[in-house]
Amino acid sequence: MAGAATAMHWAADHAGRFESNVATREPAWVRWLILAVSLTFFGVFLLLPLVAVFAEALRKGWTTYLTALAEPDALSAVRLTLITAAIAVPLNLVFGVAAAWAIAKFDFRGRHLLITLIDLPFSVSPVISGLIYVLLFGAGGWFGPWLAQHDIKIIFAVPGIVLATVFVTFPFVARELIPLMEAQGREEEEAALVLGASGWQTFWRVTLPNIKWGLLYGVILCNARAMGEFGAVSVVSGHVRGQTNTMPLHVEILYNEYNFAAAFAVASLLALLALATLIIKSWVESRAGQEQQQEGAS
Amino acid sequence: MAATRTFRVLPGFGLSLGYTLAYLSLIVLIPLAAVFLKTASLGLAEFWDVVSAPRVVASYKLSFGASLLAAAINAVFGLMLAWALVRYSFPGKRIVDALIDLPFALPTAVAGIALTALYAKNGWLGQYLEPLGIKVAFGPPGVLVALVFIGLPFVVRTVQPVLEDLDLEPEEAAASLGAHRWQTFRLVVLPVLLPALLTGFALALARAVGEYGSVIFIAGNIPMVSEITPLLIITKLEQYDYTGATAIAVVMLLLSFILLAIINGLQAWTARRTGREA
Repeated sequence: MAGAATAMHWAADHAGRFESNVATREPAWVRWLILAVSLTFFGVFLLLPLVAVFAEALRKGWTTYLTALAEPDALSAVRLTLITAAIAVPLNLVFGVAAAWAIAKFDFRGRHLLITLIDLPFSVSPVISGLIYVLLFGAGGWFGPWLAQHDIKIIFAVPGIVLATVFVTFPFVARELIPLMEAQGREEEEAALVLGASGWQTFWRVTLPNIKWGLLYGVILCNARAMGEFGAVSVVSGHVRGQTNTMPLHVEILYNEYNFAAAFAVASLLALLALATLIIKSWVESRAGQEQQQEGAS
Repeated sequence: MAATRTFRVLPGFGLSLGYTLAYLSLIVLIPLAAVFLKTASLGLAEFWDVVSAPRVVASYKLSFGASLLAAAINAVFGLMLAWALVRYSFPGKRIVDALIDLPFALPTAVAGIALTALYAKNGWLGQYLEPLGIKVAFGPPGVLVALVFIGLPFVVRTVQPVLEDLDLEPEEAAASLGAHRWQTFRLVVLPVLLPALLTGFALALARAVGEYGSVIFIAGNIPMVSEITPLLIITKLEQYDYTGATAIAVVMLLLSFILLAIINGLQAWTARRTGREA
C-alpha cells in the first residue's frame, strides 16, 4: 500500500521548461509565495527536527557524546540492532526475489490478491505487528505453554525482536521488484533458456543484472526500517538493558531517565543512518535513471 | 484463457510460488489470524464493552481526528512542495527533494524525541510558541505535529510523478483561450492531480492512524486527552490484559483494511485518470 510512496522514482529536472513558458508560468509573486510557504513548511517540519537531533546530542560537548556511545549498554544495543537487521534483511530479500519471480514471470489466478496480501504489513500499526507474536508465543499465547516446557524464549527475547522486525519490513523488497520485473517482461529470460542456459544461469546472468538497482533500493529501505523499528519491537522486547534493547529502544530508556544527552547521542547515530540511507537512495535512483536514458537513446 | 494455455518456458514457478505462500503464511497470515481468533473467544457483549469504553472511545477520536487533520495539512503543503519541486528552480533543490523521504528513513523514536525537544517549553520553537499561549508538546497539538511529520512524504511522493508526467499542451491551450493561471490550475491541472492527491491523503491518514513511536514522546499521554489508540493496546498488554488489547487491535485492523480498500480504489482511479500504471 505504501508502495506508491516508496517506489523508486527518477525524473530529469524540467522546471526550466515551465518557467520559460508564458502559458505555464505563474506570476512572480505567486511563485515566490509558493516557494516561501512550501520551503518554510519543509524547514520547520523536516529540517529542524533533524538539526535538533545533532544539536541536542552535542549540547554537552564531544566528550559526553562519545562517552554515551561507548557505554556498554549502548554498544550492546548497537550490536543487537545490527544482528536483527542482518537476519531480517536477507530473509526478506530472498522472499522478495522469490515472490517477484512468481508474480511477474507467470500468470496464475489470485495474483492481485497475493500482491495485496504481501502489502498487508504496511497497513498494520507497528504495535499490532508486535502484538500478534505475543498472542502466538507469549506466556498466555497459543504456543506459550509448549515453549515454556521446552525452555525456549521468543517473546521478551531476541527471536521475538527478529520476528517483529521481519514482519514490519516484509514487503519492502517484493514491493520494489514486482512492478520492475513485470515491466521488463519475460522475453530476455526465455531467449536465454532457448539458447541453452539453465534456470539458475538465466537468473544470475539475465534477471539479476536487470533488477540490481531496484533490488538495492528495496534492500536499503528494508534495512533502514529494520534498524529503526520501534513500536513493534517495543511490544516484544521486554526492555532488558544490555540484552533485549535495540538502538531505538535504548533511546527511549535513556530519554525516560532524563538522560537527554545520551539519548540524543544514540539517536544521532540513527539519524546518520537515515541520512546515509537517503544519500544511497538518491544515488541509486540517479544511476537507474541514467541507465534507462542510455537504453532509451541506444 | 484456458484455450491459449501454453507450456511454461521459464522454470521455478512451483518453487518460487510455494516459498512465497509458505513464508507469507508463516510470517503474516497466521499471526494476523491469531488476532481474530483470540477475539472470537470473547463474547460479543464483552467485546463491545472493551472497545466502547470511554477511555478507548476518546483515543479513537484523538487518533482519527488528529490523523485526518494531519493528512489534510499534508495534502495542502505537500501539493505546494511537489509543485515547487517539479515546476520551479531554486538553490538546494536536490537536497530538499532527497530529504522529503526523511520520515521514511528516520526511526520514529528519534523523530519523537527531536520533535519533543523542539516544541517543549524551552525548545527552539516552544520558547516562542508558549508565550503566545500555544502549548504544543505534551498535549493533542503535539500528536498533530508528529503525524504531520510522518505523513508528509506520502503526499509529495504520490503527487510529484503525476505532476512530472503532465503534458504542457492543455495548459497552453487553456492560456491561449484566455484562462487565468488560477482558472487553468483549478479546471485543467487539479482534476488530473486529484486522484493522486487523494491517494496521498489516504496513505498519510492510514499511516498516521497506526503511528506509535513518534507520537508517544510528544503527546504527554494523558488519559482521555492525549492518549492515542496504539498506546492503549500497549497499556493493556503491560497489564497482561491480552483479550482487551486484542479487541482494540481488531477495531484498528478493520479500520486499516477499510482504508486499504479505499487506497486501492484511489490508485486504480489515478491510473485511469493519468494513463499511468499504479
